[in-house]
Amino acid sequence: MDSQEFQKEKIHSPQSEIRNPKSTAVRLSRVSYQLPDGHRLVNDIDLELAGGETLVLVGRSGSGKTTILKLINALLAATSGEIEVLGKRSREWDPISLRRKIGYVIQEVGLFPHFTVEANVGLVPRLEGWPEERIQARSREMLELVGLDPERFLRRYPSQLSGGQRQRVGVARALAADPPLMLLDEPFGALDPLTRSEIQVEFRSLKQRLKKTMIFVTHDVREALILGDRIGLVRDGVLARISAARDFLGSDDPEVSAYRKSLEAL
Amino acid sequence: MNPFRYIVSHPEEVLQLTGEHLFLVVVSTLVAAVIGIPLGILLTRRPGWSRWVLGVANVVQTIPSLALFGFLIPLPFLGGIGAQTAIVALILYSLLPIIRNTHTGIVGVDPAIREAGRGMGMTDWQLLTQVELPLALGVIMAGLRVATVIAVGVATIAATIGAGGLGMYILRGVSMVDNQLILAGAIPAAVLALLADFLLGLAEHWLSPKGVRAK
Repeated sequence: MDSQEFQKEKIHSPQSEIRNPKSTAVRLSRVSYQLPDGHRLVNDIDLELAGGETLVLVGRSGSGKTTILKLINALLAATSGEIEVLGKRSREWDPISLRRKIGYVIQEVGLFPHFTVEANVGLVPRLEGWPEERIQARSREMLELVGLDPERFLRRYPSQLSGGQRQRVGVARALAADPPLMLLDEPFGALDPLTRSEIQVEFRSLKQRLKKTMIFVTHDVREALILGDRIGLVRDGVLARISAARDFLGSDDPEVSAYRKSLEAL
Repeated sequence: MNPFRYIVSHPEEVLQLTGEHLFLVVVSTLVAAVIGIPLGILLTRRPGWSRWVLGVANVVQTIPSLALFGFLIPLPFLGGIGAQTAIVALILYSLLPIIRNTHTGIVGVDPAIREAGRGMGMTDWQLLTQVELPLALGVIMAGLRVATVIAVGVATIAATIGAGGLGMYILRGVSMVDNQLILAGAIPAAVLALLADFLLGLAEHWLSPKGVRAK
């Protein structure tokens, strides 16, 4: 697919200008990812994310949103182009230490079933060799941050939690080592609609307090509007459009109109 | 007819042969575990190899035990008459369930858990030792149980090549048409198999991590 076919608008939101524009947290230039069979999952993407900004990527399943995240935390290696994360090129990072600076939340959560909530949340601090008291204090703090009572939940196993509680623990785990960058891949996708909108609102206030750089992937445009400073539309591996959240629905892109209609239908 | 008559009248002899039998089983299963578990882990890291290694182990499993003993006897170092050849054969038989279950157990760990671990910056070794092996432990132990029970059975045939063990009674009993003697070998062998299965089951329960332990 030809990327020129889509208009590439780059409207930086005023907020991101106010934050130090020099501190670029993530930069992708002409990044592609191609499977050995020649199929391109990500095609020539340019993207720049200022420190403290939240970018939401929306798009259909299979459009390449998840692949973009995995390129950033080096779970996949770009077949061409340049990725810069937290001031260093991907190639210069040791992938292990890069990933420990990036909070990562996936839809299936992926809590370790044989670890208590405490051990799950304390995972990265423990890998990083923090002293034990500090890990425990941090686990409590993180649980409180995501609205779970440490007394009740620290000793539980994931199998003893509800879906919403698991998601919260997943977010707490990703935040535990205080990473400057968070990648969230449909973190609330598996929740029932009520729990989901509850957790979205909570997450928005959490995000405002923490001021972390975040890339958030979703196919729910409501979620994108609630959480994003900017919204990017990914289609067939191409960043078809990127704009400030409030301008997103104003586009005449057919897929954006489809999103708009789905909201109006409500 | 009292099936225990011979056992009761020759307790020391029965005990000694049971001891020999146990020796064959324990040594061979331990060696098979030491070879098979790392090999099973390696196969999860080299998916291309797994078909071949499992295929070979599968073929070995299909060789009739008496024939395998026969093949091993003329081999230098490994073969000959006696317990050593029997142990080599038993190791070969125990390998398949151990390799296969180790491989299956690790491959069967939920991919989301593995991805989360990798995404948070665990090294391959940390992922293996802290996540994959603990979660695969139940399946690995099940393979060890199968291997042990098979070894108890196959070890009775090892008596034919002079390896001793409870097969001695069975062999002698068959040639003398003496059911008492056959039972003197078969009953302790069955008890050994059941006991080994039971004890390994207990070990499996206690070793498996809380949170995933079957109630």
